[in-house]
Amino acid sequence: MNIRFKTLSELKKLLETKEISSCELVSETFKNIASSKTNSFITLDEERSLIKARAFDEGKIKGDLAGIPIAQKDLFCTKNLRTTCGSRILENFIPPYDATVVENLNAAGSICVGKTNMDEFAMGSSNETSYYGTVKNPWDFERVPGGSSGGSAAAVSEGLICAATGTDTGGSIRQPAALCGITGIKPTYGRASRWGMIAFASSLDQAGTFARNAEDCALLLNHICSHDTKDSTSISDEQENYLENIDDDLKGKKIGIVKEFDISNLNKEVQDSFEESKKIFEALGVNFVEVSLPNIKLSVPTYYVVAPAECSSNLSRFDGVKYGYRAKNINNLEELYIKSRSEGFGDEVKRRILIGTYVLSAGFYDAYYKKAQQSRRMIKNDFMEAFKDVDIIMSPSSPSSAFKIGSKTEDPIEMYLEDLFTISANLAGVPAMSIPHGFAYGLPIGLQLMGNYLEESKILNFAHQYQKNSDWHIKSPNLEEIS
Amino acid sequence: MSWETVIGLEVHAQLSTNTKLFSSASTQFGSEPNTQVDLVDLGLPGVLPVVNKDAFKKAIRFGLAIKADINQESTFDRKNYFYPDLPKGYQITQMTKPIVEGGLIDIDVDGDKKTINITRAHLEEDAGKSIHDAYPDKSVIDLNRAGTPLLEIVSEPEISSAKEAVAYMKALHQLVIFLDVCDGDMSQGSLRCDANVSIRKVGDSELGTRTEIKNINSFKFIEKAINFEIKRQIKVLESGEKVTQETRLYDSGKDETRPMRSKEFANDYRYFPDPDLLPVVISNDEMEEIRSTFPELPADKSKRYISEFQIDKSEAEIISSSRELSNFFEVAVESTNDPKLAANLLVGEIGSLLNKDNIKIDESKLSSNNFNILLQRISDGTISKKIAKTILAEIWETGRNADEIINDQGLVQIQDETLLEEVIIKVIESNSKQVEDYKNGKDKLFGFFVGQVMKETQGKANPQAVNDLLKKALNS
Repeated sequence: MNIRFKTLSELKKLLETKEISSCELVSETFKNIASSKTNSFITLDEERSLIKARAFDEGKIKGDLAGIPIAQKDLFCTKNLRTTCGSRILENFIPPYDATVVENLNAAGSICVGKTNMDEFAMGSSNETSYYGTVKNPWDFERVPGGSSGGSAAAVSEGLICAATGTDTGGSIRQPAALCGITGIKPTYGRASRWGMIAFASSLDQAGTFARNAEDCALLLNHICSHDTKDSTSISDEQENYLENIDDDLKGKKIGIVKEFDISNLNKEVQDSFEESKKIFEALGVNFVEVSLPNIKLSVPTYYVVAPAECSSNLSRFDGVKYGYRAKNINNLEELYIKSRSEGFGDEVKRRILIGTYVLSAGFYDAYYKKAQQSRRMIKNDFMEAFKDVDIIMSPSSPSSAFKIGSKTEDPIEMYLEDLFTISANLAGVPAMSIPHGFAYGLPIGLQLMGNYLEESKILNFAHQYQKNSDWHIKSPNLEEIS
Repeated sequence: MSWETVIGLEVHAQLSTNTKLFSSASTQFGSEPNTQVDLVDLGLPGVLPVVNKDAFKKAIRFGLAIKADINQESTFDRKNYFYPDLPKGYQITQMTKPIVEGGLIDIDVDGDKKTINITRAHLEEDAGKSIHDAYPDKSVIDLNRAGTPLLEIVSEPEISSAKEAVAYMKALHQLVIFLDVCDGDMSQGSLRCDANVSIRKVGDSELGTRTEIKNINSFKFIEKAINFEIKRQIKVLESGEKVTQETRLYDSGKDETRPMRSKEFANDYRYFPDPDLLPVVISNDEMEEIRSTFPELPADKSKRYISEFQIDKSEAEIISSSRELSNFFEVAVESTNDPKLAANLLVGEIGSLLNKDNIKIDESKLSSNNFNILLQRISDGTISKKIAKTILAEIWETGRNADEIINDQGLVQIQDETLLEEVIIKVIESNSKQVEDYKNGKDKLFGFFVGQVMKETQGKANPQAVNDLLKKALNS
């Protein structure tokens, strides 16, 4: 049976009705991955996946996601399965434990077939910083899939897998979801546990997921999210069932359009798609209100102080002493550090460690880090104010569609602007998602929906209603044409 | 030229919690290398710290004892530096908002009393240990100690001599043990100190350039290291040179301090708030719970013992300085009507037995119950205090019941006056020379007769009765 591009819910039904076995599903998945040219995976786990599939077929595994193959971003620690974080420095790192997100998804019965490619340590918006090679966008192999969770996004987009996890520090789920034409969600900061997620910027990192539609995302989020005592920043509020309100009527609800997000200088197709999407919501009885986020212009500079500062400290543990890459032919301790880190890290990671080290240095801390914390608070307050008037906030997910591989690598600032629309949700800690809503230059673009704290149900509700009244999310790349 | 010394101490007290500050690994000392280590202590990718509230309770207890301010909301920061025994590449510490601020410690140097102000006491995690001498060609790491909770107690620069520094350290040592905050074992590094030492001309208001002597782990070395450093700095200044601000190590073998590698202190630690940890909030209820279980401090105890039980000041101080001894004493006074006797025995006989074996009273074979029996038998005249000593020695070895020992060994005191009179007559008859001398005014010989009577009765005679009867017999 051809399983490519089937949604999670469809596969679930096929398993339930025994029209397909989990073993077939898993074998077919590995066949598809083997023939794929997108370089979406870094490590595969075929043998164990088949054992699990067999166990499911024998009725030994139960659960909401039982028997369904999924993929994990290679930033989540997976017990006894190599976890590289896209870096050379962890080329041979095999974690002795599972991340909580991995544990949760395993407990729901899903089968992790492998680890998806990503920008090194999640630092990038194009997947070009991966030590394991650039991921190609399934819609156009000359273009990037976005980043940092580019492998997960491409794998779902290409129909290799119905769902894959991602992490989002400044847009690393939403931007690649947009560029690959699929649905991706990042919940409220603290809603999913960070235990076992290799840290990039601890105060911004948040796990989430990619799928073919909002409904599947809701189902996955039910399992990805949990209160975890191993993560001090984990939220203990009771967790909703994200499927419960997904069919709610949108009549009379309000969407905020951010005054300060000037989309008039973006590509015409991006603007047109945005207007079309508004019309779809209007037809469902939604009202549009202009909201102001006066400090939003500070989000990119704020982010590029906070994130590098935290990463410069988080990545200190990769020193060649305990695990990971250790340089050869060293004569003393200092050389061990310098060589292992110089050879183990790529350029973008080094750039951010340098920026972070600089902004935290004595004499610069107040001017950079402290200021950034202040502006972060202001941005947060802007969101709190805005959500007093509206249910959700809507914007494009990224300035345009996928760009050509290599076209922005020489200009970090240009690359950083890819996250213009997404970064503020991380700074504020609010949930946000991207759904496909049109094309620019023949390539998919995404619509971003941001919600108030712990209101992921609301954005999922809006997204699901949108998808019930549009077909952008059903579109898929014509693989025969491009291969 | 005359110089004065200014010293500030940073004392690291290892908190006696069962588990580490941010992980559930055990803090036990002396285990096989790298066995008291979990994922968090290893600093594996993806792990996160979770605070051990027990460490906070101990820190707060210390804070209350020194009358400090307790920050019911305190935060953790990261101190970034590379070292092989620091697995994460940063130490989690409290830089901006420590749990304890202010407070004071009273010290006593040969009877001179002084109060030292405390700047702050903050929680932080210990590092592991680098071992350089286990293999000929490599250094290895033991992470058992990594993550052990430390309370760093920082004094104001108000200590003005090595002797005061030792007195301060001794006061802290006694206090942390008493509070059950730290086991105080300096040889195992449970309590160690860094000394900031500077000198200036007498009368100068500005502080001189200081040096920091790292990781001194005995009272003796504190005194020696500081004295060496004072002499060294005076020599430097008197030769017209300047003291370099630097970190120095004390070499006890050579009895000198010498500079550590300059790179060690050229660090910029890039402190910033740890994003993995939220501010730690201690609720009013939790504070109340800590207050309600807060022990009476030695100084207060001592005063109370003197007024309530009329025991000697020196005895009161000795008993109250040890939690175990004072607990023991307090149990005893509940059932004895002679607290003075109890104190006397605890400090005297029992004190020397404890010292001899270098143990605490709750580690000895003497139970509270048995001690009370012993006190009772002295009070009711069954045995003499002298015999009590023999009985104690036996209990110390065997833990046997005092009454049993008294019965088995026939140690009951002789109260029977007729019996005693017989002995006295015998003593007087066989020592006629001494009797004559006594009667001629040699009063001191009275003790000799008492001794003879005691000898005849193997020490079992009731001393008071012997006194009375002897006086009567000799003066007749």
